[in-house]
Amino acid sequence: MSEPNKTLIRGAKVLGGEVRDVLIDGETVVEVGTGIEAGGASVVEAAGRILLPGLVDLHTHLREPGREDSETVLTGTRAAASGGYTAVFAMANTFPVADTAGVVEQVWRLGREHGYCDVRPIGAVTVGLEGRKLAELGAMHDSAAAVTVFSDDGRCVDDAVIMRRALEYVKAFGGVVAQHAQEPRLTEGAQMNEGVVSAELGLGGWPAVAEESIIARDVLLAEHVGSRVHICHLSTAGSVAIVRWAKSRGIDVTAEVTPHHLLLTDELVRTYDPVYKVNPPLRTERDVTALREALADGTIDIVATDHAPHPHEDKDCEWAAAAMGMVGLETALSVVQHTMVDTGLLTWEGVADRMSFAPARIGRAEGHGRPVSAGEPANLTLLDPAYRGTVDPAGFASRSRNTPYEGRELPGRVTHTFLRGRATLMDGKLA
Amino acid sequence: MKRHLISAADLTRDDAVLILDTAEEMARVADRPIKKLPTLRGRTVVNLFFEDSTRTRISFEAAEKRLSADVINFAAKGSSVSKGESLKDTAQTLEAMGVDAVVIRHGASGAPYRLATSGWIDAAVVNAGDGTHQHPTQSLLDAFTMRRRLVGRDAGLGRDLAGRRITIVGDILHSRVARSNVQLLHTLGAEVTLVAPPTLLPVGVGHWPCAVSYDLDAVLPKSDAVMMLRVQRERMNAAFFPTEREYSRRYGLDGDRMAKMPEHAIVMHPGPMVRGMEITAEVADSDRCTAVEQVAGGVHTRMAVLYLLLGGNEPAVTHARTEETK
Ligand SMILES: [Zn+2]
Repeated sequence: MSEPNKTLIRGAKVLGGEVRDVLIDGETVVEVGTGIEAGGASVVEAAGRILLPGLVDLHTHLREPGREDSETVLTGTRAAASGGYTAVFAMANTFPVADTAGVVEQVWRLGREHGYCDVRPIGAVTVGLEGRKLAELGAMHDSAAAVTVFSDDGRCVDDAVIMRRALEYVKAFGGVVAQHAQEPRLTEGAQMNEGVVSAELGLGGWPAVAEESIIARDVLLAEHVGSRVHICHLSTAGSVAIVRWAKSRGIDVTAEVTPHHLLLTDELVRTYDPVYKVNPPLRTERDVTALREALADGTIDIVATDHAPHPHEDKDCEWAAAAMGMVGLETALSVVQHTMVDTGLLTWEGVADRMSFAPARIGRAEGHGRPVSAGEPANLTLLDPAYRGTVDPAGFASRSRNTPYEGRELPGRVTHTFLRGRATLMDGKLA
Repeated sequence: MKRHLISAADLTRDDAVLILDTAEEMARVADRPIKKLPTLRGRTVVNLFFEDSTRTRISFEAAEKRLSADVINFAAKGSSVSKGESLKDTAQTLEAMGVDAVVIRHGASGAPYRLATSGWIDAAVVNAGDGTHQHPTQSLLDAFTMRRRLVGRDAGLGRDLAGRRITIVGDILHSRVARSNVQLLHTLGAEVTLVAPPTLLPVGVGHWPCAVSYDLDAVLPKSDAVMMLRVQRERMNAAFFPTEREYSRRYGLDGDRMAKMPEHAIVMHPGPMVRGMEITAEVADSDRCTAVEQVAGGVHTRMAVLYLLLGGNEPAVTHARTEETK
């Protein structure tokens, strides 16, 4: 990484709007204006590019500790920087599970050492993700990692009492519980979205109601105890309707959608290619349309990648045996441009909100998700929206290559990422 | 014909009729003193069974041996789903041995498709049943039996099942046989009706090319063939239906119900039959029940499939005559 010094980003559209020069000195944006003199600053010519606040991912799997063959904090944060992220929240389903102050501090320290982006560990809600006993939520919050988001992601907190207690308990320190909504009995043996395609392929169906029933229960629990709840990776039109209803009722709920649920459908499973096997599963065209609309109108607050790296051998097998998940950090912004911006559903200001401002606010990521203005930390992402190219996973910084977009043309390319004034990505190359 | 047989959907009407006609040729060979054809001499066929099924394996093995293929039986038990690599590893081993065709039975839906399309192997792949997906040779042998009984052994040559009304009863949800049969019978012009309690019908069944009914008694008088599927007792414990007795009363085939069928109508069962649950002994042992013919037809049909996938373009009879004149 280059040492922090003075950088002038010249002529970028800030948040897609006005063309401005942005001067960074040290860790801070010191001036935003027109005709700013370079002085001794290194200059990034940014005509035609868009400058966004550094992206924040509320839902990343970094796999360290325990599955370093899939990803490490180092490789994962390099992937994040390549995708324009300056902060990621690392999910707790590691080995050992991040359910104690010790494990979350370890992850947090690794993030600090490697420095390609800020790493905010997520703490498990229950010990060992087993859903029976609350983990030491307060201790994780009080640790150096200062955990604010708690999740058993990968599993659902399906016991209503445990969920209620977790929602209540984290109020003491302003935490939030992020629920992986999956009713376990309704999804036993589930392999893909339940519907016409699953019936034809003979793969175990994963009904939409398994997600929706948990979301409905959890928003009512949050209302009952006056707490806030975050719903991970919405995937169905019905989930959208429930969140919309809950918000209209004043319930403090936020929700995320992944880039792949904005683009891909269960028709792709006809290939039996495990690259499309993901949790929650790819749904139908109707669901995709509802998710896009909900992200546009703010019913869904944020885009989160659910970056889920797996080594080649865990996907190079038959469908039933394959691991669930896709990598996403390095393609997220392109998919959002393709599905939301190029379709006219969202402006670049909207993208900044859904991928930076709002996730930083939900996760309380200090210094991130800030406006691009003088005095703010220089966490910035510069992208070229006119770029067209096909996705080639060989060039990924992630240790894993399980992308559903290999060979697909996607627009846009992140050229520069700045973390507190230092370029972590420069001209498309990791610094 | 395509290079592999993974799904009944791989077959056009003409493909399917060609297989059935070829199977009749194969059946004639079975009536001769020497039952073997030289067709696949020097070719190696592997029966790769990840899931136990002695009946299906023996049927394929008999078909392969009657075509003079070198046969390798490979029982790769159990390990595949828990340890994902074994299908690929096994495939690569077979590839190294230079096999010409792989007959695969697997507990996971899509495993044969993956084997055929992943580039792990170059051989022709024949699906001998995968998960709850497909069992195309079973539906071909069912169609073979139906055509013989409903159209006629010789009269059936070149013909399909246009206008025949076929009823399939039982656990449609978990049945690869039902999935294959709906597709193949539709391709052959038959009208298919599925009968089951709603819990044992797949969610998307309304999009299938068939009718659906919950009422067996209403459908029986309009059926030319009634295919009873095996219902596993475990399904009862998973709340797919309340009790065995209730299931039998509503969806089982007994003598009284069989009497509601037209005179010419047949009763089919893919086997193994559990007498008492879905079919009574009286029905199973009646001469309207074709279960035993289905087994014989299975060998002829599988010979036809392997011959057409591996044997080239000449009609099978040419080979048969060559053998005779030797
Ligand atoms: Zn999840």
